[in-house]
Amino acid sequence: MTEIGLGHYLTLGAVIFTIGVVGIFLNRKNIIVILMSIELILLAVNINLVSFSIYLNDLSGQIFTLFILTVAAAEAAIGLAIIVVYYRNSGTIRVEQIDKLKG
Amino acid sequence: MLNLEFIFPEIFLSLSIMFLLILGVFKKDSSKLIQNISSIVLLITAVITFNETIAIEEILLFNESIIIDYLSSFMKIITLLGAFLVLIISSNYLRSFKILKIEYPILILSSVLGMMIMISSNDLIVFYMGLELQSLALYVLATFNRDLLKSSEAGLKYFVLSALSSGLLLYGCSLIYGFTGSTNFNIIASQLNSNEYALTFGIVFILVGLAFKISAVPFHMWAPDVYEGSPTSVTLFFTIVPKIAALTVFIRFLYVPFLNLIDQWQIIIVFLSIASMLFGAIAAIGQTNLKRLVAYSSISHVGYALAGLATGSNQGIQSSVIYITIYIVMNLGLFSCLLMMKRNNEYYEDIEDLSGLSKNHPLLSLSLLVILFSLAGIPPLAGFFAKFYIFKSVIEQSMYFLAIVGLLSTVVAAFYYLRIIKTMYFDKEKEKFDTDHNIWLKFSLTASTLLILIYFIFPSQLIEAVSRINII
Repeated sequence: MTEIGLGHYLTLGAVIFTIGVVGIFLNRKNIIVILMSIELILLAVNINLVSFSIYLNDLSGQIFTLFILTVAAAEAAIGLAIIVVYYRNSGTIRVEQIDKLKG
Repeated sequence: MLNLEFIFPEIFLSLSIMFLLILGVFKKDSSKLIQNISSIVLLITAVITFNETIAIEEILLFNESIIIDYLSSFMKIITLLGAFLVLIISSNYLRSFKILKIEYPILILSSVLGMMIMISSNDLIVFYMGLELQSLALYVLATFNRDLLKSSEAGLKYFVLSALSSGLLLYGCSLIYGFTGSTNFNIIASQLNSNEYALTFGIVFILVGLAFKISAVPFHMWAPDVYEGSPTSVTLFFTIVPKIAALTVFIRFLYVPFLNLIDQWQIIIVFLSIASMLFGAIAAIGQTNLKRLVAYSSISHVGYALAGLATGSNQGIQSSVIYITIYIVMNLGLFSCLLMMKRNNEYYEDIEDLSGLSKNHPLLSLSLLVILFSLAGIPPLAGFFAKFYIFKSVIEQSMYFLAIVGLLSTVVAAFYYLRIIKTMYFDKEKEKFDTDHNIWLKFSLTASTLLILIYFIFPSQLIEAVSRINII
């Protein structure tokens, strides 16, 4: 068995981050999926920060993670509220139909 | 020892936000009152900030995570004044759309608080918290006219792209933290000598995130949609106030933690600047909606401000700060005109609605003429001097290519500004607009026009105020 080190955690973080970013751009169906992708990006950053924090033996990375978790919750709340408002006006949350503003 | 008196403006602002929230809950129909109190609060905060700038050199607070220096105070004061003017000129507009609610001024106050924290941050965590406080309030502001499909779509787009950019920025922050071992800007600066790949990645991610916030090409795609969809008074807020904070953060990041790696980021900033100047000028040509046109013009103005930052000299930073200050005055005037284009409680925002304006409203069209000439950079108006300082500092660093592209895109941009003037003065006249404007709207239009006109008589005041900014 190989030892699991910092590199593995960073790779995991990078993979999740990439899935999140690609998820935003490739998704053509539902806005909720975009919200989930944003959450994935923030969690990938958290994995990075926590593993760096353990590796460096320095607490501020973990504190940063706690702040990010809090902000992610607030962001999800506001995002869902905006989606609800949008749904009330347009009756759909399909991504390809969000095209009233163009030019 | 804690020096709480140096963050007294922030403390005052946050206490007022809480007080106003409680007042709004307990007192019925208090939206007008809260609007007035909020503008007074912004003014008082600006005065407090101004009082503190006189003596101080550079102060680090809270374990060096907050920095108070001349740059931060200067930027805070123009942020606060900009937000103050936005608040006082927007009440009529809000009332006619029936969205004059207590949340509007409070959201503006909280985003201003976030910007003030961003401006004086000296630590990645503090910077991130300020940034999010600002953007969370801005998401809601963009959606503020919530029964309108356009406004909610603008809010949705802004939310998705801004959250994505925050994510990119955070990923960069995590890499920087991991490879330097600290979140403090000064410590990062001292650790950032090695040529590790991961650090370059971190810088690129952070710059991409910041470029999103300041809407520089190629990360500008949210700006036209959001500017068009949001209520006009919110668009005004978007075009001036967050730009100041984002520019300050750009200056801080580039010249404190990343200064040693100037060879690596300089080319990125030059690219962002050239792309923004050219794209902003070219894409605005085909626009018919004034708010969309302003979005593209603000993209190209951001390009000029970034050109000053790309020089890597104190003079370049100072010219960028002057540029953004003059840009704010011009945009304030432009939007005051936009808010005056009202007929029977309906607001008009297309270029063709301006046709023949000079016959019905000679004064309004004269001041619009001055503002547009200034935006196009025609001497002797203030906009010319703003561009002149930028080009001067760019040429002093012998970055001739950047200067040439900047000049060329000025010529292209002049086309669409002149087209508006042509529509105003030579096209067939339409019905009159209403003239019963709010006194503050008239005041801000007159003041900004006069400032633009007479700037060339007293240019030394602004230059002197800015010349105390010494980052490097």
